[in-house]
Amino acid sequence: MPQFRIPGPLRRLSQGQITVAVEASDLGAAIEALDARYPGFRDRLLDEKGELRQFVNVYLNDEDVRLGPGLKAKVAEKDEISIVPAVAGGAIPL
Amino acid sequence: MPKLLGLRCRECGAEYELQATHVCEMCFGPLDVVFDYASLKSKVTRARIEAGPPSMWRYRDLLPIEDSTPVVTLGEGFTPLVKADRLGAELGLRNLYLKNDSMNPTNSFKDRVVSVAISWARANGFETIACASTGNLANAVAAYSARAGLECFVFIPVDLEPAKIVSISVFDPNVVAVRGNYDEVNRLCSQLVESTPWAFCNINIRPFYAEGSKTLTFETVEQLGWKLPDEIIIPIASGCQFVRHRQAVSELMDFGLVDSDRVPAFTGAQALGCAPVYQAFHSDTPERVLPVRPNTIARSIAIGNPSDGMYVNRIALATGGVVEAVTEEEIVAAMRLLARTEGIFTETAGGVTIGVLAKLARAGRWNGDEVVVAYVTGHGLKTADVLASVDGHARRVEIDPTLKSFREKVNI
Repeated sequence: MPQFRIPGPLRRLSQGQITVAVEASDLGAAIEALDARYPGFRDRLLDEKGELRQFVNVYLNDEDVRLGPGLKAKVAEKDEISIVPAVAGGAIPL
Repeated sequence: MPKLLGLRCRECGAEYELQATHVCEMCFGPLDVVFDYASLKSKVTRARIEAGPPSMWRYRDLLPIEDSTPVVTLGEGFTPLVKADRLGAELGLRNLYLKNDSMNPTNSFKDRVVSVAISWARANGFETIACASTGNLANAVAAYSARAGLECFVFIPVDLEPAKIVSISVFDPNVVAVRGNYDEVNRLCSQLVESTPWAFCNINIRPFYAEGSKTLTFETVEQLGWKLPDEIIIPIASGCQFVRHRQAVSELMDFGLVDSDRVPAFTGAQALGCAPVYQAFHSDTPERVLPVRPNTIARSIAIGNPSDGMYVNRIALATGGVVEAVTEEEIVAAMRLLARTEGIFTETAGGVTIGVLAKLARAGRWNGDEVVVAYVTGHGLKTADVLASVDGHARRVEIDPTLKSFREKVNI
């Protein structure tokens, strides 16, 4: 089964689990499956349009999924899906 | 009384204690340092700043380091602001200024952020400093770690410019050359943060690190006689410093250090070979910055997945600025133009900034009287290879050591 690698800030959601295996054939379905098991992941990872949030990077076997098919990316046995928070900073006074 | 109150998420407002972390657990938004502005307001004045040291630490009140904390410094900041009359004449700008940040101790703007970051890390018990870098940051981190006597790990792309590798290695840090581009180095370090007790300057201690950027704009405004310019041109990599310069202008206004309330136009500069922010700016969805694979000689700003990209475009649009980009040829031409007209040798990233300045000027963006400031953020010797690979120099002659030979070859 493809396996998520959960970053520190989200491990409270996964009850401390660093890796979570899910049954799915593409990334979008994998996120749904992760959310079904540990509710809350969907909202953290996807925006209201169902797209990946600005501050979330998702890597499929170390490849940024946004450089490829995004949520439609196929996932298979032994694939590793890493969630990595983006690194931004700076209050913007507008 | 401590002046730092905690960390706060920029997106959802969740609050955290001061600590080495950069991501909101609630929404993944970036965390910012919260200052006790009320007590600072009664303290910060022009006179107090002007009486401070001739370095960026004259703005210490506005940096996230408590008064009692010893700082790790090499005399960074308070770099020259030069009026660029000859370059201005070529571009039709009568009030053009260059903030020459290549005059910093390790010859780039990064000394500002690193001095703050390592000062904070040392005071908070960290024994090892690390960073993911396109070169300039690693250079500064290696130097300031040596200065502080702290262990150092720098992570760089394996194909970094030779001059940068030399100027990093001389400080004897642990150099980890990663077979990948900067975005891949950064991703690796973002994962390593969780399993090492290290202070990664631009990752887990980023809220403190990023504040150091503001000093560049504070100084520029002070050097203009406490006047805000009409427009500032800033190179865009992650977009972090762009955002902080906007914040700096707000702080100058809030603290009553400037009289004007007219915010300068904030304009960003990218290389076309790595222009995700520029592409988004000119699309229907400027706040949706999509990652690209970088391919440019301006490697110090070649970040394909710029974390602050959406904020850059929001600020540029709100202030009447633009995001523009230049070709590889325009980068080199601008490096030469700056050197020929003003005697300043900048690296490729500076070529991007000056290239964008020149492109906008020639396109008629300004009427000529505006006060325009361009931030020149790194020294040319860092990327000298891009000039060495060009076919020599047109005005060079080779002669015998005789008057005859000189007269034959040099027509004066």
